[in-house]
Amino acid sequence: MTPLLEVRHLSKAFGPVQALSDLSMKVHAGEVVALAGDNGAGKTTLIKAISGVYRPTSGEVLLRGEPVQFNSPQEAREKGIETIYQDLALADNLTIGANIFLGREPMRRAMGFLPVLDRRKMAQAAKATMALLDFHVNRLDAPVSNFSGGQRQAVAIGRAVYWNAQILIMDEPTAALGVPEQRKVISLIHQLKAQGRGVIFISHNLQDIFAVSDRIVVLRRGVQAGERRIAETSHDEVVKLMIGG
Amino acid sequence: MTTPEPPHRAPDGVSPPADHADKARTTLQRIADLRAWLFLAFLILAFEVWSRVSFGGTFLFNPFNIQSIAIFAVAPLLLATGQTFVIISGGIDLSMGFIMGLAAVVAAHVINWATPGMGLPLAVLFGALVAIAVAAVPGMVNGLLVSRLKVPPFIGTLGMFGVARGVAFLLAGGTTVPVQNSFFAALGNGRFFGVPWIVIVTAVFVLLMHYLLSQTRFGQHNYAIGANVQAASRAGIDIKRHLLRLYILSGVCAGLAGFLYAARFSAGAAQAGEPLLLDSVAAVVIGGASLFGGSGTILGTVAGAFVIAVIQYGLVFINVAPFWQFISVGIVIIISVLIDQAQRRFSGGRQSE
Repeated sequence: MTPLLEVRHLSKAFGPVQALSDLSMKVHAGEVVALAGDNGAGKTTLIKAISGVYRPTSGEVLLRGEPVQFNSPQEAREKGIETIYQDLALADNLTIGANIFLGREPMRRAMGFLPVLDRRKMAQAAKATMALLDFHVNRLDAPVSNFSGGQRQAVAIGRAVYWNAQILIMDEPTAALGVPEQRKVISLIHQLKAQGRGVIFISHNLQDIFAVSDRIVVLRRGVQAGERRIAETSHDEVVKLMIGG
Repeated sequence: MTTPEPPHRAPDGVSPPADHADKARTTLQRIADLRAWLFLAFLILAFEVWSRVSFGGTFLFNPFNIQSIAIFAVAPLLLATGQTFVIISGGIDLSMGFIMGLAAVVAAHVINWATPGMGLPLAVLFGALVAIAVAAVPGMVNGLLVSRLKVPPFIGTLGMFGVARGVAFLLAGGTTVPVQNSFFAALGNGRFFGVPWIVIVTAVFVLLMHYLLSQTRFGQHNYAIGANVQAASRAGIDIKRHLLRLYILSGVCAGLAGFLYAARFSAGAAQAGEPLLLDSVAAVVIGGASLFGGSGTILGTVAGAFVIAVIQYGLVFINVAPFWQFISVGIVIIISVLIDQAQRRFSGGRQSE
């Protein structure tokens, strides 16, 4: 079966610094792959190379078996690769619907001629999308600043889902959240998986990684230190891979 | 490949039951959002009571008072309308006052020059177009400074404040420029069913700006940029292009204000907008916008501009020394900001991060 996303022999150098060398990994549909590693191990470089922020120095990225090259995150997003950052992704003063449609707002004609924002369509899409993620919100006219951290994370994920992202790259999605909210985000990731999407999940929290991932790829100083199925490994083994014991 | 697990459900009680607690909060927020209109109603009521008690006459129901206040509010309101857009985006435009003066001087010169060749009405139309086009130029420079060269708006527009001021005074030759065109004077002082023409022009323009801010993508992106530039940029909004258009719009608002000022006095003066700049910022703040960006409305700004106009006119009307105007407007600004902060604290503080 062709993987949804495949990275082959990817390297990225910044001048003399080799941030990532010869890294290969695969993500299948309906699979959650965790990326783990200490600070500076190359996790962020890898996701930025996949999502179009950086151009890799060598190696290639394949989407459903086809080689792709992205010049910007927008191009990657158009092909269905969406990155969700732990914060900074939402305009706090706008509603859920307005955030989902930010930059791509639907318009309608009032009184047959005057183009105006189609707020009803945005609200309905917000409600439907959030329901798909098992978040039932009634206050569709409230700014997202009124919602909790987990709900805001869900809005960011909802935006990706609404625009039909097939691969979601989540950079520390639980780092800024309280424990119940973390569990909610973990359950969201399970739902994305059940919908047949691929997820790349970056976390420092091994508990979260073991709760949600199918496989784990461990990076150390820009190279792959190991790849394990979650079912066949343990916390201790992963830690050893990370610190090189 | 691993076998997919069945969808996992969150344990009970994880989804935060925040809904009804939020409802009470929103009602209070709505009241706070209307505070400029409440201020305005309170002021009018206070002047009405004072007027009846001390002169046995009415304040509000005297059409002359209403007209005077409306005419008085025209220029500050137009500046405040442009300023609303800029402040919502997280910036500020300090150059508007002198862009207005520049436009007034340009309008006066152009109309004087064009009247013999074009006839009265056409010369006025031509003058309006040239004045507004000229006002768009410093706006565009502001926009380029802020968007391309990353100059902080406060500094960039402060520089333009000086440049526009100097150019306006040079063009005016250091004095006011009288206009010889009876159509222009009629536009500036004439009425249509008792409503001054300049008030009608302003009302239509402000309505248009309300539409632009509340119903279009441009307006929506303006709010998003004011709240979180990075999020807006990641969502694919072209921040540079937006900021350029924004500051041009602000220049155009000042240009229209300058043109209407010249019409009202049949003269262009470089210092026309000098005392109005800070009033425009005050009107926006009283109207409920935050100087940190991301919030504010044109309707709020309209109320804010009228609060200032009613205070200024009302105090003259009841024969109080004019210097009390400064004190009262100052107090209203401070109260507005205090309400704004209280509201933020109340709504969870997340907005002020």
